[in-house]
Amino acid sequence: METILAILVGFLFAISVYLLLSGSLIRLILGVFVLGNATHLLIFVSGRLTRESPPLIDKGLKIAEVGIANPLPQALILTAIVISFSLFAFLLVLSRRAYRTLDTVDTDEMRIAEPEPDTQPMRGRDV
Amino acid sequence: MLAATLAPFVLGVCAPMVRRVAGDYTGWVLAVLPAALTLYFVQFLGPVAAGDTLSFSTEWIPSLGIALSFYVDGLSLLFALLISFIGTFIVLYAGAYLKGHADLGRFMMFLLMFMGSMLGLVLSDNVVTLFVFWELTSINSFLLIGFNHDKSRSRRAALQALVVTGGGGLALLAGLLLMAQAGGAMELSILLADGDVLREHPWYLAILILVLCGAFTKSAQVPFHFWLPNAMEAPTPVSAYLHSATMVKAGVYLLARMNPGLGGTEIWHVVLMFFGGATLIAGAILALRNTDLKLMLAQTTVASLGLLVFLIGIGEPLAIQAAMAYLFAHSMFKGALFMVAGSVDHGTGTRDLHRLSGLGRIMPFTAAAGGLAALSMSGLPPFFGFIAKEWVYKGTLDGSLPLVLTAVAITGNALMFAVAFLVGFKPFFGRPGDTPQKPHEGSLGLWIGALTLAVLGLFFGLFSNLSESLFVGPAAIAVAGKAMTVDLYLWGGFKAPVVASIITVSIGALLFWQGRRASDALARLIDPIWGPDKGYDQFMDALIALARGVSGVLQTGILRRYMLITFLVLATAVVLPQLFDGIGVTFQTPPIDLLVWSVALLTLGGGLAVVIIRSRLIAIMSMGIMGIGVAFVFLLFGAPDLAFTQLMVETLSVVILALVITRLPVFGSDHRGPVQITRDATIAVAVGGALAALLLTIVGSPLDIGLSTYFGERSYTEAFGRNIVNVILVDFRALDTLGEIAVVTIAGVSVLAIYAITESVRGDKSADSDAEKTP
Repeated sequence: METILAILVGFLFAISVYLLLSGSLIRLILGVFVLGNATHLLIFVSGRLTRESPPLIDKGLKIAEVGIANPLPQALILTAIVISFSLFAFLLVLSRRAYRTLDTVDTDEMRIAEPEPDTQPMRGRDV
Repeated sequence: MLAATLAPFVLGVCAPMVRRVAGDYTGWVLAVLPAALTLYFVQFLGPVAAGDTLSFSTEWIPSLGIALSFYVDGLSLLFALLISFIGTFIVLYAGAYLKGHADLGRFMMFLLMFMGSMLGLVLSDNVVTLFVFWELTSINSFLLIGFNHDKSRSRRAALQALVVTGGGGLALLAGLLLMAQAGGAMELSILLADGDVLREHPWYLAILILVLCGAFTKSAQVPFHFWLPNAMEAPTPVSAYLHSATMVKAGVYLLARMNPGLGGTEIWHVVLMFFGGATLIAGAILALRNTDLKLMLAQTTVASLGLLVFLIGIGEPLAIQAAMAYLFAHSMFKGALFMVAGSVDHGTGTRDLHRLSGLGRIMPFTAAAGGLAALSMSGLPPFFGFIAKEWVYKGTLDGSLPLVLTAVAITGNALMFAVAFLVGFKPFFGRPGDTPQKPHEGSLGLWIGALTLAVLGLFFGLFSNLSESLFVGPAAIAVAGKAMTVDLYLWGGFKAPVVASIITVSIGALLFWQGRRASDALARLIDPIWGPDKGYDQFMDALIALARGVSGVLQTGILRRYMLITFLVLATAVVLPQLFDGIGVTFQTPPIDLLVWSVALLTLGGGLAVVIIRSRLIAIMSMGIMGIGVAFVFLLFGAPDLAFTQLMVETLSVVILALVITRLPVFGSDHRGPVQITRDATIAVAVGGALAALLLTIVGSPLDIGLSTYFGERSYTEAFGRNIVNVILVDFRALDTLGEIAVVTIAGVSVLAIYAITESVRGDKSADSDAEKTP
């Protein structure tokens, strides 16, 4: 079972990287979104898969039964989902702002922070 | 011992305050410490002369075997005494030389810290401690050379010294660590006790080369000799201290120290004799070519260091005695001559040999010091320099050695003879010259040190048995690592060394007589030649060009390029170890489970559609489908909490995305060309494949479920919750969750802030341009 999902994770990563490399702001956003999902699945699968037995302790028991799903990756992913959602929302607003200011969605043309290098860098020697 | 080493650092930090209180007497106040240190070290003279060695150790980082351990034998004691004794006079001298200088306090701080570093260096037993002090001397020397930091020449010289000696220091660190590994100990006293372990170790050559790199850069041996004359940009007290008696001798110290462990092999002899001899000749020639007093002295220092390395390279008992005797003599006469040159500069405003003459009557004490020191340097009896030179010839004429060694020594010494007379006598005789300032004698602090050192050169020559039993003998025994008889005397009969001395003096006198002509001839000959100083500039330029090239490729300022490199590195980093360790991927044929297959295909389909579809809305919908597919996966495999959260987040994301993306310009098709598409797709597939393989490897290897079991067992019994995932989040890892909430809050506030700004910007813009961009 893990094999199918591992391949799926590989595909999702490939899709996300391809989108991220496109140089268009909109595809970049989508790429980040796919990247988040791919990563969650990666963590999920690496914690092994158990069909339909959630990590709950049954009434009457004090200690979890053997054979339930691994709770640890789930806890990690739950945090990750929320954080990546925050990141995604922030990225969206930032992109919109960038477009408003710079009038482009092409990341190659966004060069405010690092303009084209035209001046020579500082030299270590001044004699 | 630890306190003695650290005291200069402590006082150094306080030096600016002392300056504020003591004013013009700063030098006298601060000199108390090195004077006290001298007395402290003097008490070891008796035991060490009797053949004892002393160790002191304080733990520092015991887990790494690093201790602040100190070791006193003849060699380290000789150095420690020179450092503290000459240091006393240098501090006095600096106080007088820089009287009234605004930064005298800072200067004294560097000087004292340097003194501490140097003491630590020569006394260290632990290799790491040795390295730390070694680097501290480099750093302090950088600060001292660059003291006149408003002059670009000073800055260049300081940086150059740091680059050269610091680079050598790194090599030394590697060499010392290899040595500690090979010998199985961190203490030099243990490592060097049985030198054959190191000499026969397969790493011997590597260790030797690395250690020699450290020693040669520090002691300015060819081809690293260029930094020392440039370091003359420093105020004269620095030159007199660092570049005559102490720091530049650190390399010589290291070689002498390592002699019992690394010395005695063919390559050691050949390399040290060759580079030492070359340095001797090169330095002596360059000294005669110059006319600036300080530069001449600096070049003779280079030559003397070469001679010392040369003698250590010969390695025979007499040569080692000669090295120690010469080292002792050199520290005294060179320290004195540097101080004399500084005083002359101070009194007349120039250091140009051609403009200085007839100062003897006006500056009697300085003249006396210069004359006496020059006599010792030129190796005339009955000065100690004579004994040292005699022993040099005894060492080179030692039976089986080729005569060319003696020839090299004679050439070097004859040149140095001429320079000694030029520096020590010429300025003080003849008619008064034309100097920028009206010449005047300096204050007591300016000549007392030079005169004392110069007189000591005479004293130790006359009482040669004293210098033999207290200084040269124990040091030579420590260097050789075995007992030997040392018997220094002024006159041993008319034998070969005396003949060599007579030849030396004759050539030297001839060169002195024709000083100006010889200097001019050498200038014509040497100046046009490419030198390593120019090479240093070319090297630095090449380095900057390389850095520019590399950052031009890596730091383009283009986001896409950054990501390209990042992903390329990611794929390589994930794949390479798997290739080397053998692929651990266990590829089981998946069971036919229709539900899982269809969910996986749904997710994949959604993802692929995002790439392919050109319509904005359908792309967003496909994204939603993919997200829901992931939620289904969570649901299928026992993670209802995840599935629930995922569904909510997906829905919200799609809604927000739809809101924002419709405000951005046309989505359209991918604008990448076919080449770019191929490249990006290749990288994408590489990353995906690498991560899939990694995941398969992980899944195929055993899983440690210790933590999960821990939570399963304690979830109810300790935290009273039946949903283990929730208990982990709100109980076991509650602080993490708090942090997460904080992150979400900050993100939310930022979103709001940016959104507000964007809207106000839009409000400023005209409505029609806005309409154009949002179809």
